[in-house]
This record gives sequence, C-alpha cells and structure tokens, in this order.
Amino acid sequence: MKKLSFSKVMLWFGLLFLYAPMFILVIYSFNESKLVTVWSGFSPKWYGELFRDEQILDAVWVSLRIAFYSATMAVIIGTMAAFVMTRFRRSWAKLTLSNMITAPLVMPEVITGLSLLLLFVQMADTFGWPAERGMLTVWIAHSTFCAAYVAVVVSSRLRELDQSIEEAAMDLGATPLKTFFLITVPMIAPALIAGWLLSFSLSLDDLVIASFASGPGSTTLPMVVFSSVRLGVSPKINALATIIILAVSLVAFLSWYLTRRAEKKAKEAMGS
Amino acid sequence: MINPFKRLRGRHLTIGMPYLWLLMFFALPFAIVLKLSFSTAAIAIPPYEATFSYIDESLSIFLNLGNYLLLLQDSMYYMAYLTSLKMALIATIGCLVLGFPMAYAIARAPARFQPVLLLLVMLPSWTSFLIRVYAWMGILSNTGLINNFLMWLGVISEPIQMLNTNFAVYIGIVYAYLPFMILPLYATLVKMDMSLIEAASDLGSSSFNTFWKITLPLAMGGVVAGSMLVFIPAVGEFVIPELLGGPDSLMIGKVLWQEFFNNRDWPVASSLAIVMLALLIVPITLFHRYQSRNMENDA
Repeated sequence: MKKLSFSKVMLWFGLLFLYAPMFILVIYSFNESKLVTVWSGFSPKWYGELFRDEQILDAVWVSLRIAFYSATMAVIIGTMAAFVMTRFRRSWAKLTLSNMITAPLVMPEVITGLSLLLLFVQMADTFGWPAERGMLTVWIAHSTFCAAYVAVVVSSRLRELDQSIEEAAMDLGATPLKTFFLITVPMIAPALIAGWLLSFSLSLDDLVIASFASGPGSTTLPMVVFSSVRLGVSPKINALATIIILAVSLVAFLSWYLTRRAEKKAKEAMGS
Repeated sequence: MINPFKRLRGRHLTIGMPYLWLLMFFALPFAIVLKLSFSTAAIAIPPYEATFSYIDESLSIFLNLGNYLLLLQDSMYYMAYLTSLKMALIATIGCLVLGFPMAYAIARAPARFQPVLLLLVMLPSWTSFLIRVYAWMGILSNTGLINNFLMWLGVISEPIQMLNTNFAVYIGIVYAYLPFMILPLYATLVKMDMSLIEAASDLGSSSFNTFWKITLPLAMGGVVAGSMLVFIPAVGEFVIPELLGGPDSLMIGKVLWQEFFNNRDWPVASSLAIVMLALLIVPITLFHRYQSRNMENDA
C-alpha cells in the first residue's frame, strides 16, 4: 500500500513537471512587457504582432503544405510496408524491409538529415536533379521518417485484425486489391487516420532534418522559430507557442473523444 | 490456411514500392555518408573531392583516412563523444527514476482512468519539441521565473546561473523524452500479474524487497525499451544542448552541426556521423531485439 501511494505522488509530480512550463508560456504570452520575464500587465498585443509578421506567416504556410503532403505519402508507404510485415510470408525481402522501415525511429536526427542532404547533393551532381533543395527535398525527407511511425501504428492494428473476413471476401471471388480497399481499409481506418495525424504533427515539428534538406525559399516554421529563439526569449514566440499548444490540445482531445465514441458504439453493436 | 496475397504482380508491387523508396532514401544515403567520410574537403561545390576517378583507362579510388585520425587525435571530438554518452546516460537514468513510478501508478489506476492518464502523459510530446525546450529558457534564465522567485523570497541575493549549464540540458532531455520512457514501461507493467506481488508480501517480503526482486525483473523489457528510446536520440541531440547548454555541454550532435553548417567540412561531419552510428549500434540492436520479440508475442 505504501508503494502505491509513493508512485501516485510521483505521478502527480511528473504531470506537474510536464505541464507547468507550458502553462507559464501561455500566461506570459499575454504579458504586456517586452521583457518576457517581468509581468507588467495583461495585453494581447503580441498576438497582433505575430499576425503581422510576414516571415512567420509564410513559414507557417510552407510548413503546413509540407506536412500535408508528407503525411499523405508516409501513410501510403507506411501502410504498404505494414502490410508486407504482417501479411507476407517470411522472406529475405520482408526482413530487410521491416528493418529499414523501423530504423528511422531510433536514428539520431542529425544523422538522418546529413545522409539525406548528401544524397540530394550527390544526385544533383550526377543527374542534375534535384537542381535545388526546397520543398520537394523536405517532402522526401519527411515522408521517409514519418513512414516509420505509420508502419508501426498500422502494423499493430493489422496484426490484431481478424484475417478470416479478408479470406472470406476472397473466397467469394473478390480480387486482393478489391478486398484491400473494401474490407481491410475500412477496418484499419482509425489506424490510418492516427498515422496520418502523427506524421502531420511530426513533419510540422521537425527542425533538424528540415534544416539539412531545405534550401532557399523553403524555410519551415521550426527553422524561423529556432533562429529567433537562439537570440533569446521573445514574447512573439510565446504567443505562437500558445496557439500551437491550443491547436494540438484541441486536435488530441477531438481524436480521443472520437475514438472513444467509436469504441462505445462498437461495444453496443456487439452487445445487441 | 492459404496465404491470400499470393498473386504475383500485386504482391510484388506492394513490397516493391516501399522497398525501392527506402533503398533510395534510406540505405543509399548511408552508403554516401560512408563514402564521404573517406574523402577530402575542398573549396568547391560540393565541398569535397571525388572518391572515384576514371582517367586514362585507370580507375583510381582515393580513401582518405585523415578524417578518422583527426577524430582520434583532436581531444575536442572524443571529449564530445564522451560528454554525449555521459549526459545521455544521466538523463536516461533521470527519466527512469521519474518515469517508472509514473508508469506504475498509471498501470495500477482504475481501468477507466488509464486512457486519460496516458493521454495526459503523451499530449505534451505532440506539441512542438522546440517550443517545449524553449519554455525552459524563460524559466531557467538569470532573470527567469525560478531566479526571480528565489530572490523575491530572499533565499538568494544574486541569480544562480542555471541556463547554459549541463544542469539545464539534463532538465531539457528528461522533460522532452519522459513520455517515451513511460509508454513502454506502462505496456509491460499493465500486463504484469499482481498476484505475484501479493504472494511476495504474504510471504513476508518488504515492499522494497518485492520491488527489486519481483516488479523490476518482470518489467525489464519495458525498462530496456524505454531507456533505449531515450538514450539513443539523446546522444545525438542538437536542439537541447544548443538552446539550454553552455560552452561545456559540447554534445556530438552540436559538433556535427557546426562542422557541417559553420565550417562546411562535410567529410569530417560524415565521419562524425559514422562513428556516432558505430557507438549506437549496440543500443539500437538491443532495442530492435526487444521490439521484434514484442511483435511476435502479440501475434
């Protein structure tokens, strides 16, 4: 019993440790003073400044587009890889594929970023393509490392899926492709959406890989934030951080609520 | 049971596309890093000399071992490796000490609260990594929250230097990677058979003894997985030592970044990456073994 209460205390302490810095950021984003750490009164003026900052707004747009395309590509590659990992017979190709797809999960970002940049430079040197690093190269880089996360999420869902439904569809004459899109995809849809959202947020958040893979004209939001933060704390960044924290919490809460409702419905359907 | 996806063409396309993509954008880049680590820096675009040349019907291969010798000779580089390993290790232990009781408490909480508690632990890791590291800059700086508070209390008369020290880097790593420690720990602890612990205490074991002899050994898989998930990326961390660390928190990710972007010495940056990978190969294999065993168990 004693053990349990100690771990409970640690749980609350840990949650406080995780959330206090973010609350402080949110509170100080409404601070009037330019000196971020001295409170001088409530004011939303930094939000106004933020929305007048062309550089930040441009970077947000670049980041959102890259994240959208990267997440989509990552879901395609990751799902195919997950399918191979769970439904194909053991083979040399399957083994190397599953090793390659999960490797970026634990690879230090500086190594992934450096290696991709060197590839793009070598390719430009040999084939003349890509002529310039930009959104395309960041998209390739992000799709590759996000696919690893999608593969993990989707393969764990595929593994717990009842394969007899797929087999039944094929016994009744559906082609494998038709079976995949009509039977498998609807059943793994929550995992696909979760993988897409995860990839989207990972791509939006990445600084190191994007710094290596990007070129002029494709400065992403984390790159702008980083170069500003390097010089010290700034109230405008606090305002930006508050918006990001609110947006993420909202999406997380919504997806949590939706999956919970779907689970409840599934339980009721099973019961009736 | 018949394998339903026996059809040749669809099957080959399914394995072929991700395979080619990864070969092109994952395996090939590593070969290039390896190649470049043996080349010589030059003032050119791209800033290195060719490894292979074919002149007058003779193929010559230049392998420059100088980059690796430099890493051995210049104390800055191997000190950076040692510092990275040491700091990642201490931060991993910090995550474990804080994360284990948290995971234990979540695993023992009533089943209907568990998803909410997990969501609370994971939520911060979905917001921007950069923002979370940045949050500590305002808290730890000389005019920051902690120093202002302590001076207001009168405990100290001059600010304590916390930002730009190794201490700040430890805080940053523990803060940023804590969720990755808790998740695998929770996954093993929630499956654990509680009757074993009850049996131990019925037989007169103290709770401390039970923890060391029963709980911890049974949770070892989660401890290893969580520690690797923290340790491996922490060794190569760049953002945290750059923003929170000082001149003495010279971690290898930061050195690599400087060699590449500031000194434009691509060959040395490549050999730094290769040596870092060689150091991390043991923890990476450990993690892979755990994960594949886990996947087989679930199947």
